[in-house]
Amino acid sequence: MIELTVDGQAVQVEEGSTILDACRRVEIDTPTLCYGDTLTPVNVCRVCVVELEGARTLVPSCSRKAEDGMVVRTDSERVRTSRRLVLELLGSSVNLSTAPEALAYIEQYDAEPDRFGADSLTVAQAVKVDNDLYVRDYSKCILCYKCVEACGVDHQNTFAIAVAGRGFGAHISTELDVPLPESACVYCGNCIAVCPTGALMATSEFELREAGTWKEEEQEEVDTVCPYCGVGCNLTMHVQEGQIVKVTSPDDHDVTLGNLCIKGRFGYRYVQNK
Amino acid sequence: MPDLKLLADVPTADEREAIDVVVGGEAAGDGRVTRSDRTRRHLLLPALRAAQRRVGWVTPGALGYASRRLEIPPAEAYGVATFYALIALEERPADVLHVCTDLCCALAGATVPDGAQPSPCLGLCERAPASLRTVAGPEPREEQIPATGPPLPQTSGLKLLRRIAEGVDPESQPEFVALARARELGPDAVIAAVKASPLLGRGGAAFPTGRKWEAVASQPATPHYLVCNADESEPGTFKDRVIMEQDPFALVESMAIAMYATGCEKGFIYIRAEYPLAQKRIQHAIDASGFDIELRIGAGAYVCGEETALFQSIEGFRGEPRNKPPFPVEVGLFGKPTVVNNVETLVNVPHILLGDDARDTRLFCLSGNVGRPGLYEVELGTPLRDLLELAEAEPAKAVLLGGAAGSFLRPDQLDLELSFDAAREAGVTLGSGVVIVFGENADLVSAVLRIAEFFRDESCGQCVPCRVGTVRQEEALHRLASGRTNGNELAVLADLEQVMRDASICGLGQTAASAVTSAMKNLGVLA
Ligand SMILES: Cc1cc2nc3c(=O)[nH]c(=O)nc-3n(C[C@H](O)[C@H](O)[C@H](O)COP(=O)(O)O)c2cc1C
Ligand code: SF4
Ligand code: SF4
Ligand code: SF4
Ligand code: FES
Ligand code: FES
Repeated sequence: MIELTVDGQAVQVEEGSTILDACRRVEIDTPTLCYGDTLTPVNVCRVCVVELEGARTLVPSCSRKAEDGMVVRTDSERVRTSRRLVLELLGSSVNLSTAPEALAYIEQYDAEPDRFGADSLTVAQAVKVDNDLYVRDYSKCILCYKCVEACGVDHQNTFAIAVAGRGFGAHISTELDVPLPESACVYCGNCIAVCPTGALMATSEFELREAGTWKEEEQEEVDTVCPYCGVGCNLTMHVQEGQIVKVTSPDDHDVTLGNLCIKGRFGYRYVQNK
Repeated sequence: MPDLKLLADVPTADEREAIDVVVGGEAAGDGRVTRSDRTRRHLLLPALRAAQRRVGWVTPGALGYASRRLEIPPAEAYGVATFYALIALEERPADVLHVCTDLCCALAGATVPDGAQPSPCLGLCERAPASLRTVAGPEPREEQIPATGPPLPQTSGLKLLRRIAEGVDPESQPEFVALARARELGPDAVIAAVKASPLLGRGGAAFPTGRKWEAVASQPATPHYLVCNADESEPGTFKDRVIMEQDPFALVESMAIAMYATGCEKGFIYIRAEYPLAQKRIQHAIDASGFDIELRIGAGAYVCGEETALFQSIEGFRGEPRNKPPFPVEVGLFGKPTVVNNVETLVNVPHILLGDDARDTRLFCLSGNVGRPGLYEVELGTPLRDLLELAEAEPAKAVLLGGAAGSFLRPDQLDLELSFDAAREAGVTLGSGVVIVFGENADLVSAVLRIAEFFRDESCGQCVPCRVGTVRQEEALHRLASGRTNGNELAVLADLEQVMRDASICGLGQTAASAVTSAMKNLGVLA
């Protein structure tokens, strides 16, 4: 076991744990955006930073391994300022309207994304609708790398998408930005499952939202097992007004870790096509 | 590796041939990827460079062929290709002029003619205004313009530059006396000698070299690698270029010593793409000496000088800095213990072993409004004012010390002693030895805006504070400069300075506001 101090409290965690694990152990609320329990930390959003005694800069709690004797502060003015700024920078450049966590953090940290002025550069662009199953609205993309990881080594091993470009121009792209049907994409939708902002969205949800008839509060979640093959993935059917509007899989499910294939995620229409 | 879905476009015969020179010929027959093609991702950038040097840009066919031959998903190969400023993915002429619009060249009145590409500092600041011409074709070439600069301004009192001042022939191999001495001493004694010396890294971070070497030497994991960082892209810096162009054997000998001392199986030297003569001379010195050193060439990315971004670049990934820890001495190039050192750092080592000159000297790159621009070598502790006098600087209204990641000094701060301690005390950095003089008529507002533009352009884009922060910083400065203020720019800039310094992944973001802030606070520019 490793013992460290977080906000004055002694915390014990197992070898290999991160500072974030330690924070969670003692229920210290820590914002995260690019971190995912089932993904390798890329530590790029920097919203989870904490103050570590002896370190010149703040450190990302999601990836920094806990060490014996570390003294960590998560509630200092310095930490709050950086977290607030990260949220302001994101909020000023990205459409966060379908990113509930980010919106909640903005509230919590009193972030004011508007303070940079109306002519601030943003990633606004047209929605990419190039296939029947899901849409990509990169004006909502915070570049958290989760979809790339899910499509690549962490889950899917398809490598249909990657980060391209540099600096503010960095973006998620297929090779030469070809439409998805020309890319390696197999429509597993595992990128949709990890996307924290709604930039990637099943067409069914996208169309209802466009029509103003997406009613998340009214939806029921029905758990079932995918009927297509012997793997036995757990499915959660999101049902609105008697229609399946989205399929997910719980990411704590030991078979799927939230992942499905095209059949499980999108092959539900037959249920409704009476 | 999954079955790759490949691009449909096919390469031309020329492109195929150019790429094959890098990745090896394809076995005749079914065109399937052979086993030996695996794990060769590190050849991606060399392959892309080869294709572009052959036809002027990276066509979809060439990109597809390189990804197929190296078994790299095309989306990832595209991600790598689009990272580098000097890789073109859209058709353009074979002959391109890259015109430097950075600080020193702007002071010298640089203008970008029609059809030319603007460029950040080309490391030719002592001959500003400068440009680089790249010509693709069967015999591709790159030309530094002007082709030659003024001779070394100093002739005596030199240590690292002594041989150059004496007119050493860069193409004939000298006797490697320091390497022989190292072999007599044995690895431990070499490390002990470097540790006992005052040598601190000259790439910017001033880390004690001996400690770095000792840490790598003691790592049980093998192999160990040496990487010489010759990416030199900090605006105003050209010291490493002068050494590589004019005394390349001193550097390869120093690398051989470092490899011997730290048990490195192999060495790499990563030279920026903009240094064709340095590449040629270093390659010649490597070939002549027979050391196991491989030359790698960048493709236009300042951030690739950050040591872990440099590893990513060599390995065939986007040049995105890694989070530290783990540090390179444990997990470096290809995940192995790695010594990374700057060119100037390394060429100090022969003098330590031979004990021929005990002075701790440092190279300074003087440019801007000075009568005798060029590379100077003075003892650490020399007052900045003496250096400015040597270079016949014009009366300055400001001096930029340490480059774009450094700070502006006022005329009354020029008595600063050029030592690491004095710099730290004054809250400035010697950085990579940049000293740019801004004379009475210099336009400091433009300089500050150019620095902000540089960081915005060169951010790798990985982390939010730097990716968006550098954009917001530039926007706020432009608003101040044009008088269209919101009234909150100063507060915004102060906040950006803090979040970039505190929460960015690497030194690029961490220092992206340093010079700007110093100009505002120290000089009152835009404040
Ligand atoms: C954005 C950035 C660019 C850098 N560029 C260079 C460079 O061009 N050359 C260099 O030697 N070090 C550069 N460094 C510093 C390296 O990361 C590293 O500290 C250095 O190569 C170590 O060598 P040294 O100990 O001999 O100085 C850069 C650092 C940052 C953050
Ligand atoms: S749907 Fe699956 S294969 Fe397609 S991009 Fe998303 S993760 Fe990759
Ligand atoms: S599309 Fe979604 S998952 Fe992918 S990088 Fe953007 S925000 Fe993250
Ligand atoms: S600080 Fe800038 S250059 Fe460094 S990792 Fe972050 S985005 Fe990339
Ligand atoms: S959650 Fe830690 S850096 Fe994004
Ligand atoms: S070459 Fe133009 S500023 Fe350095």
